[in-house]
Amino acid sequence: MKTINITRLKKTALNIRRNTLISLAEAGSGHTGASLGLADVFTVLYFSVLNHDPKNPQHPERDRVVLSVGHVAPGWYATLAESGYIPQEELMSLRKLGSRLQGHPATDHGLPGLESSSGSLGQGLSVAVGMALADKMDGKNRKTFCIMGDGEMQEGSVWEAAMSASHHKLQNLVAIVDRNFLQIDGETGDVMSLTPLSKKWRSFGWDVRMCDGNSIEDLLHTFDTLLYENHPSIIIAKTLMGKGVKSIENDYLWHGRPPGREELEGFLEELGYDE
Amino acid sequence: MKNYKNKGNKPTKTGFGEGVLAAAGKNPNVVGIGVDITKSVSMDLFADAFPDRFISIGIAEQNAVGVSAGLALSGKVPVFATYAVFSALRTTDFIRVSVCYNNLHVIIGGAHAGISVGPDGATHQALEDIAIMRSLPRMTVLSPADATQAKMITEMAINELSGPVYIRFGREAVPDFTDEKQKLEIGKGQLLKSGNDLSLVATGHMVWEALQAAELLAASGIDARVINLHTIKPVDEDILIRAAKETGMIVTVEEHQVTGGMGSAVAEVVSQNHPARMKILGMPDRFGESGRPEELMEKYGFTAKHIYNETLKLLKK
Ligand SMILES: [Mg+2]
Repeated sequence: MKTINITRLKKTALNIRRNTLISLAEAGSGHTGASLGLADVFTVLYFSVLNHDPKNPQHPERDRVVLSVGHVAPGWYATLAESGYIPQEELMSLRKLGSRLQGHPATDHGLPGLESSSGSLGQGLSVAVGMALADKMDGKNRKTFCIMGDGEMQEGSVWEAAMSASHHKLQNLVAIVDRNFLQIDGETGDVMSLTPLSKKWRSFGWDVRMCDGNSIEDLLHTFDTLLYENHPSIIIAKTLMGKGVKSIENDYLWHGRPPGREELEGFLEELGYDE
Repeated sequence: MKNYKNKGNKPTKTGFGEGVLAAAGKNPNVVGIGVDITKSVSMDLFADAFPDRFISIGIAEQNAVGVSAGLALSGKVPVFATYAVFSALRTTDFIRVSVCYNNLHVIIGGAHAGISVGPDGATHQALEDIAIMRSLPRMTVLSPADATQAKMITEMAINELSGPVYIRFGREAVPDFTDEKQKLEIGKGQLLKSGNDLSLVATGHMVWEALQAAELLAASGIDARVINLHTIKPVDEDILIRAAKETGMIVTVEEHQVTGGMGSAVAEVVSQNHPARMKILGMPDRFGESGRPEELMEKYGFTAKHIYNETLKLLKK
């Protein structure tokens, strides 16, 4: 059963990556690198972890996701489409005038599945803390997940939020860091060191898990073994920027550029096909 | 002329605290966010009455705004107050994206507004908050004139408005002249005194000074209209256009930079609808300093006498 499940999840991740590339090529701008890098995290979150109903996105008991790293919108929109929140065809409207798929996610445009607008780094964890606090006050059992980039941890406000989450014992809050060691200017270690990242979070009172963020199996196992007790949890998911397209993997120059139309076929070829 | 009587000096921040308390008593969704200076911004009234609904965030204003947004996204009505320099200025991008862009009903209190903060000096004297807050889409900007108004306006803002709200208030005890039975409407300027020679449009602490200035002017045979603009955004265009048409001259007064504040809001309306001569009184593009509140008000011209003198100058031009 588990094997079948994993095969299906891998196919889902592949679809998300393909649709991400296609929609980015159509848009002519947008962030390819981390959208591809996070595809496995999105897959496991949306197809295994979350208690949600894409046909009823406002369900009062739903788990909530805050996409703090808003620029990975293309990968996340492809995940919403794959989940059934929006039609697949809509992905071709990415970044176009009047689209629900804004360059960075915006509640203004009526996108189902979106809880909070993002795009300005370092705000999402605070918003997620507020959501988790409200659920705790109301005795609700659901969870809040917040996805952040590793470069984003250079924003001081992330640590304000981190402190407040453990102070208020938000065991219903899970953060996920896309740890690809890259950001726009280059390697995080050169731009502004983050290490030792896990120790930082542990010292801020979080239950810290490390995992291979491009391994469906490892992600499933990591989410499965979260305790949800006393402390907020954080998964530091090591990923490859551009994962799946060998020729651009781990290349920071692909942080913020889309595949050209002439590159698209080759990239899709590199991703491979469902066996 | 109607006489406005000072019922006794009282800080507008106390009115704010009382307004939060009153609103929270009627609305169980109201929650308070504290950033260490709870008592100093009168949020202790709420925190003592509703400890389970008071959330301490510590000295972390950006986080406080983000947390407020998350609470509002969950059906709560968060009230976050600290000194205006922190609540409005340090946090601006959080307010812009997480609160305004999401169109959330978060109430942001800006305490210690204006130079009347006194000895703490320029870092703590917010003179730019109106300009910044009113430039944000969807933000309502309120600036009550006295403690009674502050209470009424705060309660209305929490329980009757929707969307983001900024309420500005001061530290010093100032004349409390509003009759509790008086009807106040958010979005409507308050005509305090009729008059046809010119209009004084004031906000916050400067409203009382404008009323006193009108008396000085009356003694010189000048009949000034006095308007309290407690709602700076959305601004009451009708009352301003009427003032421009009927009095031909407008003097605005605020404890804020001349740049971008209430006077600018008035000028935007007047210049585009019925141009009239205007004088914008406020801080002339500079920082404040330490001193006793009354010394600073005197030095920087936030007094009835200064309003009177400037008005005479404008009339003579
Ligand atoms: Mg990165």
